[in-house]
Amino acid sequence: MLELRGITAGYEPRRPVVRDASLTVAAGESVGLLGPSGCGKSTLARVAALLHRPDAGTVTLDGEPVRGWRHRAPREQRTAFGVVFQQPRMSADPRLRLHDLIAEPLRATGRRAEAPDRVRELAAATGLTADLLTRRPHEVSDGQLQRACLARALVLRPRWLVCDEMTAMLDASTTAALVAVVEDYRRETGAGLLAVGHDPVLLDRWCDRTVRWREVQEVQEAQQVQQVQASQKEALR
Amino acid sequence: MADLAPPARRLPTGAISAALVAATVLAVVLVPLFVPLDEQAVDLGSKLRPPSWSHPFGTDEVGRDLLLRSVYGLRVSLLVGAVAALVATVIGTAVGALAGALGGWADRVVMRVVDLFSSVPHLLLGIFVVAMFRPGVGPVIASIAVTHWLSTARIVRAEMLSLRSRPFVDAAVSGGSSRLRIAVRHLLPGVLPQAGLAAVLMVPHAIWHESALSFLGLGLPTHQASLGNMVQAARGSLLAGDWWPTLFPGLFIIVPTLAVAALAAAWRERLSPRRRSELTL
Repeated sequence: MLELRGITAGYEPRRPVVRDASLTVAAGESVGLLGPSGCGKSTLARVAALLHRPDAGTVTLDGEPVRGWRHRAPREQRTAFGVVFQQPRMSADPRLRLHDLIAEPLRATGRRAEAPDRVRELAAATGLTADLLTRRPHEVSDGQLQRACLARALVLRPRWLVCDEMTAMLDASTTAALVAVVEDYRRETGAGLLAVGHDPVLLDRWCDRTVRWREVQEVQEAQQVQQVQASQKEALR
Repeated sequence: MADLAPPARRLPTGAISAALVAATVLAVVLVPLFVPLDEQAVDLGSKLRPPSWSHPFGTDEVGRDLLLRSVYGLRVSLLVGAVAALVATVIGTAVGALAGALGGWADRVVMRVVDLFSSVPHLLLGIFVVAMFRPGVGPVIASIAVTHWLSTARIVRAEMLSLRSRPFVDAAVSGGSSRLRIAVRHLLPGVLPQAGLAAVLMVPHAIWHESALSFLGLGLPTHQASLGNMVQAARGSLLAGDWWPTLFPGLFIIVPTLAVAALAAAWRERLSPRRRSELTL
C-alpha cells in the first residue's frame, strides 16, 4: 500500500506547486492520475517515488511512514520504486551505452554479476536488439531510448512503478508496446502502478481506476479557477 | 543550385596555433638536449651586441646569447605554466564538484570561501605566497596554483548544478546510486571537458604570472634563465636604445601564450558545435 496524505510540495519556499493532495495506491493496483499539463501531477509522482521531499504531508509505504527522501531514504525504499520519466533524452546519461544504462542500477547496488542475464532478458521484453544495446542515447530514437529507460526502471524488480507521462513523446504502436511490457511485469510480480498522464482514453484503458487531479486536490483547483477568473475579469476591464 | 558560392574559407587558426604550440614544445625539449646552457658563464667582451648571424637575438648586458637563454626561459615558463594550471584545475574541479554535488549549505559555505579568495587581488596573494619561501620553481608554481583555481571552481560548480537537476540524476537516485557514485559516474564526466578547457586557457595566464613575479624580482632566482628575469634585466639597457634584450624574450612570452589561447578557443568552438555551425554559415 502506497499512501500519500495532505502532500504540499514545491520547488521554492512558500510557493507550493501541489497543495494538500492525497492519493492511495493499493498493493498490485494500477492507478492513473489524470490532469492538465503544469498542474503539479509530476511533482506529486516524484514525491511518491521518494525523489522530492514534500513541505508537508505524509507518505506511507506498506504501513511504514517514509522518513526521508532521495539519499535520505534507505536504499531498499528508494529501489522499491521503478520510475520512468516523460523525456527519455533527459533521463538518460548521454555518455552511457544502452546496455550500461539498463545495467547501471544493478552495478550501483553491488549486483554487477546479474547484469548480463538481466539486461538480455529485459532487452528481449522491451524489444531492443543487441545492436541497439551497444549504441549511445544520441544514436537511437526517442521510442528506443524510452524502451531502455523502462528496462532500467524494471531491472531491480521494483514493487512499485511510477510512470510519469511515459508515453507522451511516443507514437501509438510504441505506446502500446511499452504499456504491454509494464502490464506483463505487473502480472508476473504483482507490482503496483502509478501512471501519470493527460490522456483519459489511455489511462482509462490501462489502469484499474483513474483519478482526476481535482479529486486529488480540491483546494488548489478552486484557487486556480478563481485566479483564472480574476485575470479574465482584469483583461476585460 | 549549381551557382551556390562555396562557403568562405576561414583562416585555420586552430591549425596555425597547434603548429606554433608544437614547435614551441619541440624547441624547448630538443634544444637543451644538444646545446647546454651554462647559467653562470659571462663574456663581457661581447656584451649588448645587436642581432647578428652568430647571435640571432643579440647578447645581453653580460654577453650571454639571448636566443639560447630565451629558449631555456621558455622551457621554465612552459613548465611552470603547465604544472600550475594543472594543479589549479585539480583544486578548482575538486572544490567546484564538492559544492555542486552536495548543494545546499555546503555549496553556500564553499562558495563564500571562493568569494573570500576572489576579494584579494590574486597577484598580491601570489606575492604573499612566494614571499614565504626561498625563490625557486616550486613556490612560483604554488603561488600561481593557489590563486587560480577560483574560476574553474565556479565553472565546474555551475555545470554540476545544471546537470544535477536533470531527470537522469533522479533515475540514478531511484536506481540506488550513492551520492558519490552519482558525482563520479554521471556528473564529473559531464564537466571534465569544461575543466580541461579551463586548464588550457589557464596555461598562458600562468606563464604571464610567472613572468610578472620574476619581473618583480620575486619569482625565480636571478641567475636562472627565465623570460621574466630577462625582461627585468633588460630594462636598463632599453632606455639606452638597446631594444633586443627586451623585444625577443617579450615575444617569447607573447607568441606561445597567444597560440595556446587560440588553441583553447578552437577547442571551445568544437565543444559547442551548434555555435560553430552558426559561425560558419
